[in-house]
Amino acid sequence: MSMGDFCIETRGLDLFYGDFQALIAVDLQVPAREVTALIGPSGCGKSTLLRVFNRMNDLIEGVRVEGTVRIDNEDIYAPGTDLLRLREKVGMVFQRPNPFPLSVVDNITFGLAVHRLAGRRQYGDLVEQALRDVLLWDDLKDRLHQSALSLSLEQQQRLCIARVLPLKPQVLLMDEPCSALDPIATLHIEDLMRKLKRDYTIVIVTHNMQQAARASDRAGFMYLGKLIEFDETARIFTHPRQELTENYISGRFG
Amino acid sequence: MSQRLSQWIAFSLLFLATLVVVLPVVVILAIIVAKGASAISWDFLFSMPRDGMSAGGILPAILGTLYLVLGAVLFAVPLGVAAAVYLVEYSGSNRFSRLVKLAIVNLAGVPSVVYGLFGLGIFVIFFRFGASILSGALTLGIMILPVIITSAREALESVPRHFRTVSLSLGASRWQTIRHSVLPHALPGIMTGMILGLGRAAGETAPILFTVAAFYLPRLPQSIFDQTMALPYHLYVISTQVPGVPENVRYGTALVLLALVLLLNLAAIILRSRFRARKKW
Repeated sequence: MSMGDFCIETRGLDLFYGDFQALIAVDLQVPAREVTALIGPSGCGKSTLLRVFNRMNDLIEGVRVEGTVRIDNEDIYAPGTDLLRLREKVGMVFQRPNPFPLSVVDNITFGLAVHRLAGRRQYGDLVEQALRDVLLWDDLKDRLHQSALSLSLEQQQRLCIARVLPLKPQVLLMDEPCSALDPIATLHIEDLMRKLKRDYTIVIVTHNMQQAARASDRAGFMYLGKLIEFDETARIFTHPRQELTENYISGRFG
Repeated sequence: MSQRLSQWIAFSLLFLATLVVVLPVVVILAIIVAKGASAISWDFLFSMPRDGMSAGGILPAILGTLYLVLGAVLFAVPLGVAAAVYLVEYSGSNRFSRLVKLAIVNLAGVPSVVYGLFGLGIFVIFFRFGASILSGALTLGIMILPVIITSAREALESVPRHFRTVSLSLGASRWQTIRHSVLPHALPGIMTGMILGLGRAAGETAPILFTVAAFYLPRLPQSIFDQTMALPYHLYVISTQVPGVPENVRYGTALVLLALVLLLNLAAIILRSRFRARKKW
């Protein structure tokens, strides 16, 4: 694969929370329109790495980032980077389904409204499109003005994905998106990820190794802030090159 | 002592304590209603005082108190909420914000007569507003600021963190996040502060003593630069300064003041519950 095919690229990425170094010299190349999984034990830095890509770490006091991070060939830590545009381009889905306590429609149009991306008259179409993309339209088309909190957890999480889509992001970051869901709902969300990767580059953090094996094309194993191994998922799970990786995926620690 | 007995004693004591707390309220209400209800009439509520306040109505005092309370709230709520938003959402925890928070706590402990003197010095004399509704409302407004700021801060802090995180992650600016994802959800709490402030502003006598309250002014104020009568001060005057005011007029005035505060509170509570009905998390 040649340079430029990568959607996200980090070089010598170090991240410090005050004195604590949470990421150590991470070199990662995430190809476009694939699902990339980040796995590793708790506290290994995978969520931190994910939050580097939309700079949500900036909200934490005392964070320092060194090295380069390029998304779509743009250095997102360059001075003067427009964080609002960056987060429009790099959407995020969180661990717990967290729709706003507003109606289904208002949840989806929130991003459009803050970025003034469309006129109100287009909202109807855009809402329908977003809900269709996450396979919620048929379930919710008669309940568009109900509170999003009345939906099931799975529907809420789908809605949280749908909420990002009208911004036409290039990247979807998912931080353990299924950890609050039951196994069936988890499979449904994984199916959805396979469908969405046709249009979006997806990076998912997961604790669930079966999930990484099932849903991702590439996987990175992280340990104590380092990216130990990064390869095609099939290789990571069948022929890991590093002993640490093998120990982790075979369940010897974690 | 058996479990049953100790439980019975504990419950009885707790119930008694509650009773002791509630009883004075009930007694006060009962006395005021019993002694004052006979004075309440259309004429009492909607006409001017006559014969050195021993007869006629209390309309100027009712209206004066309404103006003062509304003025105080109009001034203090926007200012207080803005300050609370700044403290909670922008300033973080630095020395300046800690100092401000300390100042607010102390402001809440200042005796109301000191606010009165402050208002006299600043608004009446320095800004040359004279003894006027404007001076009185501003003084009352400053007096209720700590209540407003404190409750608004609590309301803002109780809005779940993830509302902000999600909003920011969608590329909303910090101001958009506050405006659309935080403030609407803090409204019920902000209203609570407003209700507390309302009640306090309506009932205080000392802050309006030097800044607005007229001893006897049997006409309605024409502008915010006019003096006005106000219920708490009027009550004080007819109870202690003017001899020969019938008892039922004095208690009737107290009843009106009480009813006015309750009505204002009721309106605010209804408003708040309508906002709260939308909040579900």
